[in-house]
Amino acid sequence: MNLVALLIIGGLTTAGVYLLLERHLTRMLLGLLLIGNAINLLILSVGGPAGNPPVRGRTSGDDTTTADPLAQGLILTAIVITMGVAAFVLALTYRSYRLNTREEVSNDPEDIRVSQQSGTEVGEALEGRLEPDRTRDTDLPDELDALPGHEGSR
Amino acid sequence: MNGGHLAAVLTPLPVLAPMLAAAITLLAGRKPRLQRGIAVLALSVVLVVSAMLVYLADRNGTIALQVGGWGPTEPGMGPLGITLVVDRLSALMLVVSSIVLLAVVFYAIGQGIRDGDGRQPVSIFLPTYLVLSAGVFMAFLAGDLFNLFVGFEVLLNASFVLLTIGASRERVRAGISYVMVSMVSSLVFLFGIALVYATTGTLNMAELSVRLGGVSEGTRTALFAVLLVAFGIKAAVFPLSTWLPDSYPTAPAPVTAVFAGLLTKVGVYAIIRAHSLLFPGGALDDLLLVAGLATMVMGILGAIAQSDIKRLLSFTLVSHIGYMVFGIALSSQLGMSGAIYYVAHHILVQTTLFLVVGMIERQAGASTLERLGGLAAVSPVLAFVFVVPALNLGGIPPFSGFIGKVALLEAGAQSGSVLAWALVGGSVVTSLLTLYVVARVWTKAFWRSREDAPEGHLSGGAPTALVDYAEDDADIEFVDRDDVGRMPIGMLVPTAALIAVGLALTVAAGPIFAYSERAAAEVLDRGQYITAVLGGGHP
Repeated sequence: MNLVALLIIGGLTTAGVYLLLERHLTRMLLGLLLIGNAINLLILSVGGPAGNPPVRGRTSGDDTTTADPLAQGLILTAIVITMGVAAFVLALTYRSYRLNTREEVSNDPEDIRVSQQSGTEVGEALEGRLEPDRTRDTDLPDELDALPGHEGSR
Repeated sequence: MNGGHLAAVLTPLPVLAPMLAAAITLLAGRKPRLQRGIAVLALSVVLVVSAMLVYLADRNGTIALQVGGWGPTEPGMGPLGITLVVDRLSALMLVVSSIVLLAVVFYAIGQGIRDGDGRQPVSIFLPTYLVLSAGVFMAFLAGDLFNLFVGFEVLLNASFVLLTIGASRERVRAGISYVMVSMVSSLVFLFGIALVYATTGTLNMAELSVRLGGVSEGTRTALFAVLLVAFGIKAAVFPLSTWLPDSYPTAPAPVTAVFAGLLTKVGVYAIIRAHSLLFPGGALDDLLLVAGLATMVMGILGAIAQSDIKRLLSFTLVSHIGYMVFGIALSSQLGMSGAIYYVAHHILVQTTLFLVVGMIERQAGASTLERLGGLAAVSPVLAFVFVVPALNLGGIPPFSGFIGKVALLEAGAQSGSVLAWALVGGSVVTSLLTLYVVARVWTKAFWRSREDAPEGHLSGGAPTALVDYAEDDADIEFVDRDDVGRMPIGMLVPTAALIAVGLALTVAAGPIFAYSERAAAEVLDRGQYITAVLGGGHP
């Protein structure tokens, strides 16, 4: 296996794990996508070196071996699955944003309630609770307004 | 030979029928009656097919089907294409899960007819539910690792939609963490698949189990560990289980029931396959035993602290996964057959209990013990349908929970190691604590009067089938709540039917346990599985 591919796989996974540990949903999704791509690369590189297309009678350059079609099939399936999930997560993120005016993962209110029974960590637990900011209109575009030239739009 | 042809026709049906039905029900979204008819028909077909597969697998041994029939490329190589395998274990899982899926679809339809209204997205519910079924069946039939992965993904994606159906605030919150955790487990699984493929150059499970024999011990253990983490998240084994009580309770009752019954058991099934077919020899048995003990104890301690019945049951669900892990990790035939019997028992009893909680919620307007009371006087039928599965879960003697636990305890004692004895002790304590937990629900929700409950005067809004609009109609005074009427017969009958099936596990305990012993022998033997998939001439 070549070292560059391995380094890229490692780098993507590291960045992905780092992003996944955030509370912002878009970052978590980006983390998932990075890890997904890292694994796809891993499958590609374990499939062996590049070679002729796995079709009878076709050659590519002066390769002598045939490329492994299975690894590419697996990657294709994995890409499609990741794409579907990414679309779903984006929809969920938008819904969460509409409901909470924030797109962060919140703590479980029932968990907080149970931990309050023991009388400890009340203040800390309450911090995790998301209260919607009802003054904000979630239909308005958010950070784009802050771009130069758009100051007057709000 | 006739049996062979029949088996070849039957094997793909549990995946094909629900998938096709899902497509048709999606097209028939505006005709709810047609939708319901098709869904029930498809799942009934699967039930009949899986019953026949149980008979065929038990009589003729493992059935393997090479979809497409490409045949092996050259002698000594594995088959091309997708392999579906039915042995006694997967046939049993097929039958039990199709019973559960059929009962729950009846329950959901009954609930929808009584409590649904124009706002319900039922046109989405049934197609998604059928896709979920297809995914579950595909995972049980999968003969190669990647197909197992695809089965997992199909059922997970369907479960994402079902969990967030209606997209209320609470469900979106729960859905997000569920989706994230599930995706991480899928990625770990995919990572494991890549590593297995790098090591052996195949993903066919039968071929893997031959080729992995020649791989060095350290590599094997590493591969097993990666797969175990992926399956452990799905099965909710202790350090990886915290997502479950967080996300399951917010879903609609029938959805939670199916999730609780089936999704974690698919993970357990995958652990069984990985443990006995791919990586025999019990390299990580001690780790699994410790994880099993921790799962049992931490799960049940969590359950004691809860006041919401759905969350409480989610914690007992986690706790009892520990029993199955215990049985698997003993690596003995008795342990494995105990685990298989316990899986069947637990699918049935856990689903039933969640369905009962759905009825409690409908009748009493709450699922938290702070608000419930006096249910035994209000509805003796409800009390009866709660207490039978509850005692069953607690492991009271005539019920199947007791039989499964005795088998596991016996297997633990037979093994005789210190860890196994610790697990035996842990199992007994967990069983007692489970009894304590369900007794607490019983005394609080059913026996005391509603006035004694701390918040007994409050209740939720009117019952709705799939979508709860908790934000619109928050807590109302219990006396102001609309009369919900009698329990819908469409909800009661499927629940009673599941209880009856659960009792049948006791009545027919002899034959069923004998069957699970044969299944365990077949799983541990591996030879039959390998010969069925690869043909003769393989070790």
